[in-house]
Amino acid sequence: MSQATKTEPKEALFSKKNVKILKDPLNESNPVTVQVLGICSSLAITVKLEPAIVMGVSVLVVTAFSNLITSMLRNLIPNRIRIIVQLVIVAALVIVVDQILKAYVYDVSKQLSVFVGLIITNCILMGRIEAFALANTPWKAFLDGIGNGAGYAAVLIVVAFIRELLGAGQLYGYQIIPESWYLDNGGWYSNNGLMLLPPMALIVLAVLIWVQRAKFRQLIEN
Amino acid sequence: MNVNGNSYTYVFSVVMVVLVAVVLSVAALSLKPAQDANIQKEKKQEILKSLGIEVTRDEAEASFETYITDQLVLKGGKLEANPETPAFDIKMADAVAKPMDEREVPLFIAERDGKVFYIIPVRGKGLWGPIWGYVSILSDGYTIAGATFGHKSETPGLGAEISLPVFTDQFPGKKLAVNGAYQSISVRKGDAAGDHQVDGISGGTITSVGVESMLNDCLQPYMSFLLSRSSVLSAPEGAALSDTLISVL
Repeated sequence: MSQATKTEPKEALFSKKNVKILKDPLNESNPVTVQVLGICSSLAITVKLEPAIVMGVSVLVVTAFSNLITSMLRNLIPNRIRIIVQLVIVAALVIVVDQILKAYVYDVSKQLSVFVGLIITNCILMGRIEAFALANTPWKAFLDGIGNGAGYAAVLIVVAFIRELLGAGQLYGYQIIPESWYLDNGGWYSNNGLMLLPPMALIVLAVLIWVQRAKFRQLIEN
Repeated sequence: MNVNGNSYTYVFSVVMVVLVAVVLSVAALSLKPAQDANIQKEKKQEILKSLGIEVTRDEAEASFETYITDQLVLKGGKLEANPETPAFDIKMADAVAKPMDEREVPLFIAERDGKVFYIIPVRGKGLWGPIWGYVSILSDGYTIAGATFGHKSETPGLGAEISLPVFTDQFPGKKLAVNGAYQSISVRKGDAAGDHQVDGISGGTITSVGVESMLNDCLQPYMSFLLSRSSVLSAPEGAALSDTLISVL
């Protein structure tokens, strides 16, 4: 593919093809709901909206830049050690991101704590590098990274929205369900504690996948 | 150039490792001062929070100077005149690893609205990683004035709730001693009553149990000192209090 693009006339930065690379992972080839990658971390950090958003943004940054760097080096990387090289690139990026967060946005980095480390183990990163960045030009790879990071972030945010609202009655830490509704205050409402537990994340995600496939029938496998 | 040849592969790996190492070291070294400053300020912020003083991280430095009047080091229940490290720099993680008698532990003394408070740092294990906190104690030496807890990686929504007011607001007014003998706080499952019990977090049992053993383990080395100190102090009241304290020190 890379050879083909070299001989073609210069492509516009946001040509139809490139926009498709950017937009597809948001729905039709979503890394979480369609390719079922990165499930582990999406279950672990969707109890609340805030860490989910920060995690989504961090993954987006790392996927975009690891794709970009790998793609720039793609003709120099020896095939036999390519997985190691990819791991080193991703790990180095994650460490740099972590250090910068700790120095300049300390509060955010505290919320991410373990999750930053989890970015390294996220299958989406290695998946996109192997499947896309190694065979495409840097700009395309960069767009693909942003698209997939955004696809991941979108799923996290939807799941975290549902879990935080039903599990804690809050959104982004602010109380949404009026205090007077609660049983303790003489009301009729009670938070669903099950929503805060990991199994419920899996169920919410499964329902999300179900809804998506019901709406886009081409996603249903035979 | 044969990208897949042996010698190229070796050269590539060596260059890559060296380059990445340089990038990471530069990043780590250049960001270290900013990170350390954040950690110091946060520690001051947490210490003040146990007194019920909420400040932003940038204000912490100045407020700490205002409220904290003294920083002592205790060893085996006695004042240590020549501590190995200054009180503020003592790492609780290292201290709690030692047997109780050999620990050098810091004690912060604060004054707010003319009242003296003792602030004790605590540290223990949660479910996923370390938990820590600060407990402030009234000048009687055994009544808790406030508590604040932090954690490295407890589950959000479950164990992580120990750092929220829902949990910490239970502490003010609890007692650490009965008739002059040490008795710690126990964390109960929903039936907390009396001066020595608080309710734990549902779904965060292991973290709650961690808090209980952390308090038991970390407060004990101070109690004999605080109780004997408070009996000295209990005679003169009010304005004379801080003068007495200084003379005792």
